[in-house]
Amino acid sequence: MTRPARRRQRVPLPLLLPAGLGLLFLVLPLAGLLVRTPWTTLPRRLAQPGVLTALRLSLETATAATLLCVALGVPLAWLLARVEFPGRRLVRALVTVPLVLPPVVGGVALLLVFGRRGLLGSWLDATFGVTLPFTTAGVVLAEAFVAMPFLVIAVEGALRGADARYEEAAATLGAGRWTTFTRVTLPLVAPGVAAGAVLCWARALGEFGATITFAGNYPGRTQTMPLAVYLALETDVQAAIVLSLVLLTVSVAILAGLRDRWVGVT
Amino acid sequence: MTAPPLLDAHLVADRGAFHLDARLRIGAGEVVALLGPNGAGKTTALRALAGLHPLSAGHLTLDGVDLDRPDRRVWTPPERRPVGVVFQDYLLFPHLSALDNVAFGPRRRGADRRAARARARGWLDRVGLGGQARHKPRQLSGGQAQRVALARALAVEPTLLLLDEPLAALDARTRLDTRAELQRHLGAHPGATLLVTHDPLDALVLADRLVIVEQGRVVQEGDAATVTARPRTDYVARLVGLNLHRGHADGHAVTVGGLTLTTADTVRGDAFVAFPPAAVALHPTRPDGSPRNVWPATVTGVQRHGDNLRVQLAGPVAVAADVTPAAAAHLGLRPGQPVWAAVKAAETRAYPA
Repeated sequence: MTRPARRRQRVPLPLLLPAGLGLLFLVLPLAGLLVRTPWTTLPRRLAQPGVLTALRLSLETATAATLLCVALGVPLAWLLARVEFPGRRLVRALVTVPLVLPPVVGGVALLLVFGRRGLLGSWLDATFGVTLPFTTAGVVLAEAFVAMPFLVIAVEGALRGADARYEEAAATLGAGRWTTFTRVTLPLVAPGVAAGAVLCWARALGEFGATITFAGNYPGRTQTMPLAVYLALETDVQAAIVLSLVLLTVSVAILAGLRDRWVGVT
Repeated sequence: MTAPPLLDAHLVADRGAFHLDARLRIGAGEVVALLGPNGAGKTTALRALAGLHPLSAGHLTLDGVDLDRPDRRVWTPPERRPVGVVFQDYLLFPHLSALDNVAFGPRRRGADRRAARARARGWLDRVGLGGQARHKPRQLSGGQAQRVALARALAVEPTLLLLDEPLAALDARTRLDTRAELQRHLGAHPGATLLVTHDPLDALVLADRLVIVEQGRVVQEGDAATVTARPRTDYVARLVGLNLHRGHADGHAVTVGGLTLTTADTVRGDAFVAFPPAAVALHPTRPDGSPRNVWPATVTGVQRHGDNLRVQLAGPVAVAADVTPAAAAHLGLRPGQPVWAAVKAAETRAYPA
């Protein structure tokens, strides 16, 4: 290393100690997972059909939920960042409610609205014959409900940080608001949308409470990885560890890949 | 009666406590500079013309069409005005190439992709940047970015071209070249052009006519020769480097403060009297000889000014005098020192206020 010599920085102990403990606290459980993994029986356990089914369902539903969040959340973030309307602060607070709501409560609330006898659910069932609870679509809905605030907050932040005068320049060149949004605003905040989508996807992948409440726990249909882990823990701890390890590996690999390619240096 | 001007505007707008009330008329092919100190309302006027700031009263008529008439609830959004804007820091879209930046306007105004690009290529060639068509804005130098911004604004063939401090972001050397080139393009623009600047040199080189605003109001307008010869406010006088005083005239005598100045011009009533700092001579004792305007003064400051020194004087009237370093050394000038100031009647100019 030929880095120029820098004055050695002394880190005060009252900061260093809690920082080290914090790091340990985050890393130790992961290490525990690795230590207790039954490495010898791992290949056999991975080959069991239930594991791959749950993994595939998890990846598919998390991706679908992210797409739903982007489609609805980006316009919502734009509205919050660019349009002055009465009650904007209230709307912004409402958007963040799923962040603080226990996911199980979110699941119950979803049942009350989209359940067979719910406010919208009964109408959907009667009119279109569509039933959402305890289906794969229900999993997507539950994950999107919990994960959308992450996307909206990230995109709204990006929009507020972007220079709105580019939009004025676009207007003077003849672009209406929609064209300005698609041709100028969206490309300018693309890194923020990507970062928000990654956060949103990660949250959706780990979703448990709202999913099990609203969509149940049916293998192959609504049993995502977190649900499978929880179920396995009751009967076969070794299987739970293997499932956890798979979920951990896949999510870390995907997030690391996306971070380098899309989100760039932040 | 001449042809009606292409732009006929009475801009009344409010921005917080600031109030703008300015009349502007610009003919076809004419370049008008809107000149004024910071915060005078230049940028608000430009934004109002572009439709980015609403008028609270007045009107904006361009080529016979009312774009803004607040009293009749007529308002045209910016994207439907035949107006092109070169912004102060250009605001080139960072994600688009130079070519696509210039093609953006024609594309939005109905040209298909190929036609828009062809037109953009023509404009880039015209500003001498045909070779940089594929460059992103961050790969362009300041001068090149300025020319792309100009090409982008002109590519929509605007009836009214607005430029907000187009040279302010450039270094001195680039500024000189870009100013000369800008002059060429503005001369070729058939529509009306409004140039907002606080740099008198930009205004004098680029514009046919100057409109000077201070505190939201037009304080003086006219061609460069008139404005520089007969400033009407302290700001304009400083801009063109003249001492300016307002007083009461009676023939060849103008009374300013406690002093009566003799001038070559004949005026009666309220009048301005103006003279350059170089016309003020300084003497250690009261000079005698030819009929002169002579008064005792006190030196309050001395600064470099080009090859000379500019001396600020207090007394019956506050004036600036330019003296050579040799003369200053001879007089031993320093703040607080009493001197005699003298101005020849032939070097003053008096005109009605």
